[in-house]
Amino acid sequence: MYEKLSSFAQTGGLILFIIAFVLVLIYALAPGNKKKFDEAKRIPLEDEEDGDVR
Amino acid sequence: MAHTRVAQRGLGTDGMLIALALGIGVFYWLFVAARAIDPLMSFHAYVFILAFIAGLFGLVMYATKPPADETGYQTAVVKAGVFASTFWGVAGFLVGVIIAFQLAFPNILYFDQLGWTNFGRLRPLHTSAVIFAFGGNVLIATSFYVVQRTCRARLAGGLAPWFVFWGYQLFIVIAATGYLSGVTQSREYAEPEWYADLWLTIVWVVYLLTFLGTIWKRKEPHIYVANWFYLSFIVTIAMLHIVNNLAIPVSIAGSKSYSLFAGVQDALTQWWYGHNAVGFFLTTGFLAIMYYFIPKRAERPVYSYRLSIVHFWSLIFIYIWAGPHHLHYTALPEWAQTLGMTFSIMLWMPSWGGMINGLMTLSGAWDKLRTDPVLRMMVVSVAFYGMSTFEGPVMSVRAVNSLSHYTDWTIGHVHSGALGWVGYISFGALYCLVPWLWKRKDLYSRALVEWHFWISTIGIVLYITSMWVSGIMQGLMWRAYNAFGFLEFSFVETVEAMHPYYIIRGTGGTLFLIGALIMAYNLWRTARGDLRVGEKRPYMAPQPALAE
Repeated sequence: MYEKLSSFAQTGGLILFIIAFVLVLIYALAPGNKKKFDEAKRIPLEDEEDGDVR
Repeated sequence: MAHTRVAQRGLGTDGMLIALALGIGVFYWLFVAARAIDPLMSFHAYVFILAFIAGLFGLVMYATKPPADETGYQTAVVKAGVFASTFWGVAGFLVGVIIAFQLAFPNILYFDQLGWTNFGRLRPLHTSAVIFAFGGNVLIATSFYVVQRTCRARLAGGLAPWFVFWGYQLFIVIAATGYLSGVTQSREYAEPEWYADLWLTIVWVVYLLTFLGTIWKRKEPHIYVANWFYLSFIVTIAMLHIVNNLAIPVSIAGSKSYSLFAGVQDALTQWWYGHNAVGFFLTTGFLAIMYYFIPKRAERPVYSYRLSIVHFWSLIFIYIWAGPHHLHYTALPEWAQTLGMTFSIMLWMPSWGGMINGLMTLSGAWDKLRTDPVLRMMVVSVAFYGMSTFEGPVMSVRAVNSLSHYTDWTIGHVHSGALGWVGYISFGALYCLVPWLWKRKDLYSRALVEWHFWISTIGIVLYITSMWVSGIMQGLMWRAYNAFGFLEFSFVETVEAMHPYYIIRGTGGTLFLIGALIMAYNLWRTARGDLRVGEKRPYMAPQPALAE
């Protein structure tokens, strides 16, 4: 039982992490998201004074 | 009739709920105080009662004031956070200096009649004061500021942010007075006993809801990356805190409890918590500060938003597994030790990716390092982040760890991260926040920031270099054998050899404390609206308000 579980955790974990990392890379590098990220990175520089009362 | 009734603010649902909770709390703690089985429990019960009554009194004061405009950003709670951060910072650094000299001169600074001055009681006071009181207040204050600004929405929950602020201060007071009087569950960075842990859980859940609520009502479609980092800090700390502190109290009216775990499971849970306190409290929270305050101060967007996304997800996925490197050569299965080591080595990539992202934000604006000491402080902070996240994985390698573990090298490593990275990014954020919050044109004095920067930097260099030498020497002395296979040195010989380095370390800490005192004075004068006469101001701080 312990052997089965630990080998599943080790091999399965490796595969799962690689898949997750590839998904993150796809999300981050997808050309379609470029505009969204370019807007997002300007957020801190474009704030105005009074929040809700704009 | 001449008599007109003055309009009062009254209490909304938020205020009513807080009042109800505090009222129930007063009765609960009265019950505990009456039945307390140990004097420390009774002492803390009275602290809770006093604090809750003060809270109820504060609510009445609030409710009877005339209505105020509550549509803009909530800045008062951030201002309070700036005060608390500075206060706890100075207090925590001071205790650090005291215990550093206690180690250097144990025969002078030992008072056997005053148990609370013992190193064993003061040391957790220092670690908790700097990590949780100083660092925690910086994180709460900056997160409340940043989430409003980047979501373009007022903090959610009405009075809830104030409950978080004061509830957190109460936790600090309970923890600190507990350490001094001997209440501890002896878990590294998690010393407070079960009732303080439960109180912090309540406060933390309200913090999470406030933060999420603000994101929920945002007017900005995208959630800025700093908020992701803050959110991972809040959520993960909640998980770590709850699991590591699972314990059964001896009595509902007693301060002592016993952990649910035993043996190696207990050790693993503790260091899963302990290392992720470093990873998610002292790293992701402060990376959020980096991702907001450096772009803001440099007036340039972050170098690569894509890199920040890869940075975020890989950092949080990898960090959570690094804890077992604290348990090399123990009863922990070797594959688990190797796993902790491997994940620690992998952390090089996201850590350095994040560092490069922070540093390269200045590309094209490097001249600002010369003219703006606040920006320089934050950039040096990121450089220290890179250095200590390089050193950490090296130390997690089992062979290196066999030399470094239990020595001063570890202490030096922790402080290059704590003083250099966490300290400097926090100071930078405070230097930014005070002029912004109090709407001042500039800091009282830039020259004083220069003094702070250089004095503290010399202090950090003295601290970490002395601990490198002391730690490696200590490790080598411990493993030295003579020709007959006996240990070359007795333990006390290693202690004697470390004495000069302990004095250097204490001196470095003193310089760091002096720097923080200079900052406190500078921030105070800035908040009052003073500008030091005769100072050249090559470039004014960017102002969110007055930029138009």
